[in-house]
Amino acid sequence: MLFRPKTKVCLVLLQVMKIIEQIREDFPALHQQVWGKPLIYLDNAATAQKHRKVLELQERMSSRTNANIHRALHKLSADATDLYEAGREAVRNFIGAESREEIVFTSGATAALNLIASSLVRSHLIPGDKVLVCEAEHHSNIVPWQLACETFGTSVEVLPVEESGEISMERLSKLLEADDRIRILSVSHISNVLGIINPVSEIVRIAHSKGVLVVIDGAQGVVHDKVSVKELDCDFYVFSGHKIYAPAGIGALYGRRSLLESMPPYMGGGDMVDRVSFSHTTYAPLPLKFEAGTPNFVAAACLKPALEFAAEVRDDVWVREHEKSIVSTMVHELQQIEGLKICGLPQDLSHKVPIFSIGIDGIHPSDAAQMLDKMGIAVRSGLMCAEPLVNRFSDRGLLRVSFAPYNTLSECETFISKLKLVINMLL
Amino acid sequence: MIEIENIRSIGEIEEEIVSEFTIFDEWLDKYEYLIELGKELESINESDKTDDNLIRGCQSRVWLVCRSSGGRLWFGADSDAVITKGIISLLIKVYNGQRYDDIIASDFSFIEQIGLKENLSPTRANGLLSMIKQIKAYALAYKEKEAQQ
Repeated sequence: MLFRPKTKVCLVLLQVMKIIEQIREDFPALHQQVWGKPLIYLDNAATAQKHRKVLELQERMSSRTNANIHRALHKLSADATDLYEAGREAVRNFIGAESREEIVFTSGATAALNLIASSLVRSHLIPGDKVLVCEAEHHSNIVPWQLACETFGTSVEVLPVEESGEISMERLSKLLEADDRIRILSVSHISNVLGIINPVSEIVRIAHSKGVLVVIDGAQGVVHDKVSVKELDCDFYVFSGHKIYAPAGIGALYGRRSLLESMPPYMGGGDMVDRVSFSHTTYAPLPLKFEAGTPNFVAAACLKPALEFAAEVRDDVWVREHEKSIVSTMVHELQQIEGLKICGLPQDLSHKVPIFSIGIDGIHPSDAAQMLDKMGIAVRSGLMCAEPLVNRFSDRGLLRVSFAPYNTLSECETFISKLKLVINMLL
Repeated sequence: MIEIENIRSIGEIEEEIVSEFTIFDEWLDKYEYLIELGKELESINESDKTDDNLIRGCQSRVWLVCRSSGGRLWFGADSDAVITKGIISLLIKVYNGQRYDDIIASDFSFIEQIGLKENLSPTRANGLLSMIKQIKAYALAYKEKEAQQ
């Protein structure tokens, strides 16, 4: 039987709705009321809700398989270690790294960037060298470099973004061409404010052609784009677990093996050593060299179910379609609102992910966020930990709305209509 | 300026505000009223919006100026966020012209009674809690200063 186009569109919509509803079933936190209203959680760029399988593993490891890892010979310790290492394998697989040695667990993207900044500047830069950081970075990708540079006599330079929020490859090339003291470039895959997918492959190619090392902050990138560090050829890639459906307190750092080997440890402690004496200490092989102390092994293990879910939705054509329709609906609807500006709007909408930072003339974002909260809608307001960038758009912060695959189109529509109501009340 | 004899006690004004708020069944109406109060609150002079008078509340900024006369304190305040400004307007209504000791002894519980407690949570980052602390700090400081004279 042949469907007419309109019927076909309806069927596609129904199919997508069904899949999204199924996904929602696996996220218990979504099924609650806030201020007596059904929760509409649109603060996913800050942290995502946790998948049922993540919660189950967390509970099982805390109540049963609880023993310290890499240390004891007893059964529980061996089981916990296996689960921890399975988390590492899941990360390796998810970001397409070649070996487990290149995957270091940290407490999150922030800790990973601090580790890289501190160790890499110490081992690979000399006084007078520079680190280039994009203007659109959040504080975690600015301050660690400032701290490291202060200590080692190096400095931080800024790569500005264009008015649309995009990075100009021409500007990048020129900057690197003009200054051969730039040794490291650190840039986000997707900015947490702008929600634009940066052309990271191209960025890596340009930087490498000038002998510049590339660090990519993938905190938002892994959530919305497919990542293969091998294909990207980047030197470092970091992300946090809690933004990708895993618990807070875990993150991962991918580093090119040769670099990780030549970098000094960041923190000292148990598990990162080979032999210890007061005259000389030697370090454990990768990746343990960078994992001092007892890590958050429960959260690390939970990365496995979290990333399995993330890969599933990332590769699902229906979910991708859904994400696209959220983006186009939001852009279309927001642009109808007078005095509203979307910060981060590329010409080609296929580069936009459903993270929207908006400024509205005459309205303080904290007023809007507070009223939306009363309506059960959770959004972020303020500087989004990216003060330099946000200040470029507004002197009092922005309102950020960020979607996950479990957010429905009807939640998106509800948000738009409530936002209009709030604007009317506040103006 | 209001005649000092006409100033009612903190408790009386608080009671009046609480009863005013009981007419709102819906949070939306309550916020609508706060927004109205915020819009009506007289702004302080731009020259008073200095870093010294700024109460850092992270998201919305609050400026507070204070002067004393006749053993009583008078406040002017402003914010760049209108809901915060609405609540500020209530605080000013309660505390303007009050004696140091009365301010020090007050517990600000009327905010909770009118259902705006969440706005005073230390995690709210809207500067209101810091503003209240600052109001008390002014009262304490002026009281000590005058005791020394």
